[in-house]
Amino acid sequence: MAEIQIKQVAKRFGKFDALHSIDLTIADEEFLVLLGASGCGKTTLLRIIAGLETATSGEVHIGGKRVDHLPPKDRGIAMVFQNYAVFPHLTVFENIAFGLRMAKMDQAEVDKRVKRTAGLMHIEQLLERYSGQLSGGQRQRVAVARALATEPDVILMDEPLSNLDALLRMEMRAELKGILAESNTTTVYVTHDQVEAMSMADRIAIMQGGHIIQAAAPVEVYRNPAAHFVGSFIGNPPMNFLPAKKVDDGVWSVAGATINGPHSSKNELNFAIRPEDLTLDHNGPLQAKVALIEPLGSHVLASCNIENNLFRVVLDSDTSISSGDILGLQPLSDRVRWFDPETELAV
Amino acid sequence: MSTAPNMVVGQSRAARWAFNGSVIILCLWVLVPIYLLLSNALSSPSAVTAFPKSIVPSFDTESVEFFLFFNGVGKALWSSVQVAFLTMVMSILIGAPAGYALSRFDFRGKNLFRILVLMTRAFPLPLLALPMAIMFIKVGLDDTVFGLAIVHTTLALPFAVLITFSLFSGIPIELEEAAWTLGCNRFQAFMKVIFPLVLPGIAASAIFAFVVSWNEVFAAAVLTIEHRTLPAFLLQSLDDAPLHLKFAGGAVLVLPALIFIFFVRKYLFAMWGIANR
Amino acid sequence: MQSRSLPYLLLLPATLFLLVFFVYPFTLVAWQAFATDEGELTTKYFTKMVSHWKFDKALTYTLLLALVVVPIQLALSLLMASFVSNMKRGRDIILYIWTIPLGISDLAAGLIWLAIFEQTGFLNSILYSTGVIEQPITFLSYQNKGVIFLAVVLAEIWRATAIMLVILVAGIGLIPKEYYEAAQVYGANTWQRFTKITLPLLKPSLQTALILRVILAFEVFAVVAALGGTNLPVLMGEVYNRQFVLQDSHTAAAFAMLILIISIISTVFFMWSLRTPKGASL
Repeated sequence: MAEIQIKQVAKRFGKFDALHSIDLTIADEEFLVLLGASGCGKTTLLRIIAGLETATSGEVHIGGKRVDHLPPKDRGIAMVFQNYAVFPHLTVFENIAFGLRMAKMDQAEVDKRVKRTAGLMHIEQLLERYSGQLSGGQRQRVAVARALATEPDVILMDEPLSNLDALLRMEMRAELKGILAESNTTTVYVTHDQVEAMSMADRIAIMQGGHIIQAAAPVEVYRNPAAHFVGSFIGNPPMNFLPAKKVDDGVWSVAGATINGPHSSKNELNFAIRPEDLTLDHNGPLQAKVALIEPLGSHVLASCNIENNLFRVVLDSDTSISSGDILGLQPLSDRVRWFDPETELAV
Repeated sequence: MSTAPNMVVGQSRAARWAFNGSVIILCLWVLVPIYLLLSNALSSPSAVTAFPKSIVPSFDTESVEFFLFFNGVGKALWSSVQVAFLTMVMSILIGAPAGYALSRFDFRGKNLFRILVLMTRAFPLPLLALPMAIMFIKVGLDDTVFGLAIVHTTLALPFAVLITFSLFSGIPIELEEAAWTLGCNRFQAFMKVIFPLVLPGIAASAIFAFVVSWNEVFAAAVLTIEHRTLPAFLLQSLDDAPLHLKFAGGAVLVLPALIFIFFVRKYLFAMWGIANR
Repeated sequence: MQSRSLPYLLLLPATLFLLVFFVYPFTLVAWQAFATDEGELTTKYFTKMVSHWKFDKALTYTLLLALVVVPIQLALSLLMASFVSNMKRGRDIILYIWTIPLGISDLAAGLIWLAIFEQTGFLNSILYSTGVIEQPITFLSYQNKGVIFLAVVLAEIWRATAIMLVILVAGIGLIPKEYYEAAQVYGANTWQRFTKITLPLLKPSLQTALILRVILAFEVFAVVAALGGTNLPVLMGEVYNRQFVLQDSHTAAAFAMLILIISIISTVFFMWSLRTPKGASL
């Protein structure tokens, strides 16, 4: 059982609040991704779970046991670092065996485990090499194998793919997800790459400024962002936003068009729709003037102007339009979202 | 580590000749005087005082023998070795932990300590020999090998701290953190991961401390009488010793240092230059 | 994994050591210079120091030596450092050769140049063999103060340039190649790249090198003793004289304080004149 409970964990560095009272429960064997831009606190939170940083206040429980005063070695965790931290003076074999040797495992068991994990990560042929003789991708595999070999309850990963080139990253993503799914461990994975998050997570916890803005399954985060920030961070291209003024209760004026919306005491809201949730319609309520066309192969991305707001539309790759054209757009009504301009939260 | 691009790229043959020529001249500038000293040392006493001197030594070990068997030299050599060895051990034992602490921790007083270490380099340390002489008399350490080693350690300690600081700083803390997550406590992580990686560098800085002590003249001359080190001995004999003795002594001073520096040159450049920033 | 007391424990030996064997003796020196054996504060030792006939010469020669040697060494070490950073093959050996003097005691350096300059030395031998002179010249006699000075200058340049060289080589190594390439693209020639890229970015290293070298220059002792004996007085030599020969530790302390003061003045000077504004360094 390796459920992780984070209760009101806060972290302060001098005058800077890196984390504001975080509450989060990660279920046993769940793959949770901490997603956010640099400086949002995701790595700090991970390191607090690991025991590499001490929280200023709050508690951390792993597997039902309170661990915040325990050193990393007593928490039942294994960690994969961003720069791999493969020991340069030891062979790949000894690197993977390191945690096992510390646990005083006998040689036969060490051999078995090292060979098994090396096989999982496809590095059996590298066991006698040193890290200086390995490529970045190979070193990364060693780092993961080293963590897996200890058969931990919890695996923590700090942006393990960010130093790999794009193609390798995509391959490793799939591999890692498969391996971790089979290994019965709880995984906490930190990244700034929303594609990684969407592809690998059971749940995504989006962080900004030391807060968790939303923690939900990828599709939920995508379809129902809890805050303006989530809508603009997730999805490529990000969500479109237009200011909306109240005309009547439940009726709003968006860029000159009248659209049905939520009942709210506020007079102003932000109207939001994803670029792929629009259809071309001459008589559509939104009139957008095309500024830039990017034919991306699988689709055409049109950057348009609606009353001086940037508005992006994803169109079929066969669409032929030119810069300067006026597009009529119909938003799919069940995909429209509304946000409070002051609190930035979803309405 | 990047170096400046080849600044003579695209320049003429003449420029390259000038470059190579200058480099050779500078090398000769360094090597010839040393050769001359060694040549003197390897000449017989009469060849040393002969005029005109020949550039080629007479390959006679008489001078060196005379020197080695001269009264007090053997003792002086032995004192030098003892003092240098003690200095080496003390400066590493005291300096390395400090270097580690400075590289890994952020704590109050860190800057204060760094200033203290820096100050020791701004101060003409040999002058410390004066009050140390008095201090040592009171404690019975005057004219002892250990006493002089203490002064030399004060000389070598700032370098030991700064060099070990740059050594430890060059090792990513992630390596230690990885070891902590794999079952090590702090000490185990240090011994299994950090120590093997810094060992060559520490050995190099130890040797450097040895050389610093071996060469030191002023404090040695002030603080030792019966247990004079070689430089002190040579200094005090400058006025009355015959020439061949001085040169043979100089050669004995120079050779070990030359050999030691050769072995640690790789580390010295990396560490000394960075440590001095 | 933060341990509150561990850093302090690790620093304790070094701090204690420096307090006992550096800070404390230093205060003793200061005390010796300013107080009599009975404990009264006095400036009489300073007066004694200043009024001695050798004082002016010692101070002048020490300062003059520094003034002559350091700029030459600065230029030479910059040149050598630039050369080194342009070498590929042989860089290792050349750098070793050029830094050999680092391992050579200043006394040995003095003896080496003695072998060249003294009466039956190599300089005389070469001049005689090539027929330039007919009799060996006594270069290092007390009548030729200028020649002794020159010999010391040469010996010091020979011995101590490596100290600055190592610092500058490391400093140059830290300057990314891209800066030079960008300058080249925008039209700078070799000399301009040196003055506009290398030198400014080298300021911290230059500062360190100069501070260190000047302080060491004020401490010059064994080289002068080997080459000039008592014919070329310098401050450190006077300290040695008073303490060891004349057994007058108070005046020795006064000399020591003087050396300290000029060291501090020069350090402050270099720290001020070679400072870089925040954010403007590498």
